[in-house]
Amino acid sequence: MVIVQAEIFDTGAEIARITASRTDIGAVVTFTGLVRDFNDSADVQSLTLEHYPGMTERELEKIEASARVKWDLQDCLIIHRFGKMELAEPIVLVITASKHRHDAFEAAAFLMDWLKTKAPFWKLEADTEGNTDWVKERSSDQEALKRWQD
Amino acid sequence: MKILYFAWLRSKVGQSEETISLPDDVTTLYQLITWLKTRGPAYEEIFTDLNVVRVAIDQEHITGDTTLEGASEVAFFPPVTGG
Repeated sequence: MVIVQAEIFDTGAEIARITASRTDIGAVVTFTGLVRDFNDSADVQSLTLEHYPGMTERELEKIEASARVKWDLQDCLIIHRFGKMELAEPIVLVITASKHRHDAFEAAAFLMDWLKTKAPFWKLEADTEGNTDWVKERSSDQEALKRWQD
Repeated sequence: MKILYFAWLRSKVGQSEETISLPDDVTTLYQLITWLKTRGPAYEEIFTDLNVVRVAIDQEHITGDTTLEGASEVAFFPPVTGG
């Protein structure tokens, strides 16, 4: 499932919702991305995420669908926020559930690597002086994709 | 045709979307970019270095030139930085 929302989410509650009343899940892997206080600017104060409504959901759904083809997943959830976020708030959540750990681990890493380079989100960071700067792409994110291209 | 701009391209152009009537001789993406550049200094500026501009046509990522036939929405944006 894909959810794009401005509201904060609760990782623990989402895990509980996925595993509730199921006995076929042997492994749950989660990744939570947080707003940290340093990036291109040395002293990041807040982050604002812009996105492309419509295309964002489509891209995330495509990424989820390819993960479900590649790995044996019992369930899969992607939540990505947009709008203004304060330090330490969660930005993105990926949960993968499978019978065995391997599929859940691999699928979660794949989902994040693809999401980073395909989902139309842009980060604007503000520093303590109130200056804002669009975050630049990282070549390491492009490199990370190569792992899945064989 | 609807044209959308995101992130710093939106800030520079000063609007997030506009609806334009394509001139008859604009039938491909590259022709559209060339034509948009004639519309003012802000457009000239955002399309100066196409290495830092990404394109989606009808919400699908596009690389290289392509026909605009049947397209209703073209979006221009920087490389994505979500996650």
